[in-house]
Amino acid sequence: MNILSTVFIIAGLFFLIVAAIGVVRLPDVFSRAHAVSLTDSLGAFLMLVGIALHEGFGLNSLKILVVLALLYILNPVIAHATIRAALRAGLKPWKKETS
Amino acid sequence: MTLAILLAVYLYRVLRGPTIFDRVLGLNGISTKAIILLIVIGLYFERVDMFVDISTGYALLNLVGALAVTKYLEQKGVP
Repeated sequence: MNILSTVFIIAGLFFLIVAAIGVVRLPDVFSRAHAVSLTDSLGAFLMLVGIALHEGFGLNSLKILVVLALLYILNPVIAHATIRAALRAGLKPWKKETS
Repeated sequence: MTLAILLAVYLYRVLRGPTIFDRVLGLNGISTKAIILLIVIGLYFERVDMFVDISTGYALLNLVGALAVTKYLEQKGVP
């Protein structure tokens, strides 16, 4: 059980680091939203599952799973609202320069 | 420790972002990291039951704040 939780936490940290690199390196809002919403949600999922396994059965791990479900609902909603506002405000998606 | 470094990386995007939507996305990422960091701090102090409640409240506050900002920007247009 302990080894399994350690593997989950390390995998979650890997995905969170990849998301941070994507947020810094990608060119505009519409592509940065991928890094923030998709990769970040997966990293948070893996880390919280690892922590809940470390806690073992009980009320604490149940509460951690409730936080996980809440995060999984809220994170895509916020990313979708932000990108819809950006698109309606008239931002153009980034294209590769053909010069 | 790694989570604190990642918070600094997102803060760079919030301070530097060319448009205001970059800043909103960066704040969303910062709040996700803060929720995980709160639970890890609770694990460290062995008071997980209290810190999990705090992180639930933080997640709900994040939803309300981000939705308010994006709805306002959607009606007003980009400044």
